[in-house]
Amino acid sequence: MKKIQLPLTQKEAAKLKAGEQVLLSGILHTARDAAHKRMCECIVERKKLPLDLKRSIIYYCGPTPPKKGMPIGACGPTTSKRMDEFTPALLSRGLLAVIGKGNRSTEVVKELKKHKGVYFVAPAGAGAYLALRVKDAEKIAYPELGPEAIYRLKVKDFPVIVGIDSKGRNIYAK
Amino acid sequence: MRKINTAIIEQKVCEAALRANFILRKDILDALKRALKKETRPLAKNMLKILIENSRIAKKEKIAICQDTGVAVVFCEIGRSAQVSGNITTAINKAIAKAYKEGFLRKSVVSDPFLRKNTNTNTPCIIHYDFIEGEKIKISVMPKGFGSENSSFINMFNPTASAGEVVKFIVESTKKIAQNACPPVILGIGIGGTIDKASSLAKEALLKPINKNNPKRHIAKIEKEILEKLNKTGIGPMGLGGKTTCLGVNILTYPTHIAGLPVSVNISCHALRSATVVI
Repeated sequence: MKKIQLPLTQKEAAKLKAGEQVLLSGILHTARDAAHKRMCECIVERKKLPLDLKRSIIYYCGPTPPKKGMPIGACGPTTSKRMDEFTPALLSRGLLAVIGKGNRSTEVVKELKKHKGVYFVAPAGAGAYLALRVKDAEKIAYPELGPEAIYRLKVKDFPVIVGIDSKGRNIYAK
Repeated sequence: MRKINTAIIEQKVCEAALRANFILRKDILDALKRALKKETRPLAKNMLKILIENSRIAKKEKIAICQDTGVAVVFCEIGRSAQVSGNITTAINKAIAKAYKEGFLRKSVVSDPFLRKNTNTNTPCIIHYDFIEGEKIKISVMPKGFGSENSSFINMFNPTASAGEVVKFIVESTKKIAQNACPPVILGIGIGGTIDKASSLAKEALLKPINKNNPKRHIAKIEKEILEKLNKTGIGPMGLGGKTTCLGVNILTYPTHIAGLPVSVNISCHALRSATVVI
């Protein structure tokens, strides 16, 4: 299985093919509905974003709190299509890759292709399995959102599949 | 009358909530293992292996099977000869709050659908009460995640609709949204009653083991047909293609009005979690 050390480069993103299984190591940032809404409001209001989109991979995830001795609790992906309306704005500001589960809208597929971005899918419903692949976790923005805060995760061999590649090929397309 | 203290109810419900979140139901795990044996596509096989391994890790490390530890849906059957000292609703809610705090489970409940402030306790839970014979209390806790809940649907059919039409509607509707509900899915279906009764039956149907059919032959036939048709779609684990899109279909029915045929479908993902205690 291909191993990628993050941050993902444009060159590496261009080589990925839909359906490929990949192991990611490095930094991911979690963000789901509420955080996305806030980040898009920041963009509209021309305020500073809580993370550097160009060097980030956003992972749609709201983890369970960690028990003692673990950096994070269960942390599987949440349904991506709820973030569809917010994704084009983030892609246009340099976001290169996102991780979630399920298909995306035709607009998001189009925008991913336009910005040569990649959509990864993580194993859905395997929260405990994925927790063991997170080596460090820190809440870096919107702590008042609880599980919907932005977490910075350090992962090792985090298994994902290329869902939509930079050429717009989509594993969910019939 | 047998007196039951709310303290014991609180303790047992807390245990059930933790168990439900850490230990995958045996009928579900067995179904995943059977699906793995049948599967031929490498990606689908890998996904199923991960799910099985996930359940092993969750049980061993006491980490939630899925990070969406859901809304706590509780079915409480109270024996007519049982007398509860105290407020049972308060006791159940306290138990859930305790389990979600001590078990490091996610607090996913907001107090108002529009204002959306997290209650930070994962309560209130949704409690369905019923009365049964005897002096015991039977309580089932089902953490219900919302990826699957959001995929659920309902239709008020004409009373003359055939079983075939109902099957077609359920299969076609499930096909459209299955991948957002973490397939392979399980369907809890309520048929009859009123719009609300059909939906609470659909949720209750998810408590039933998936390896047993409805005792009524004509209903069991519908269960088998829906299961077979969904598994022919090729949607597969995580919607990435494969032989198993649905692990089981459970239908519960109820008498209904001469002008209606309510059909409610509550979808569950493969992480169908529930645990039952009897006091």
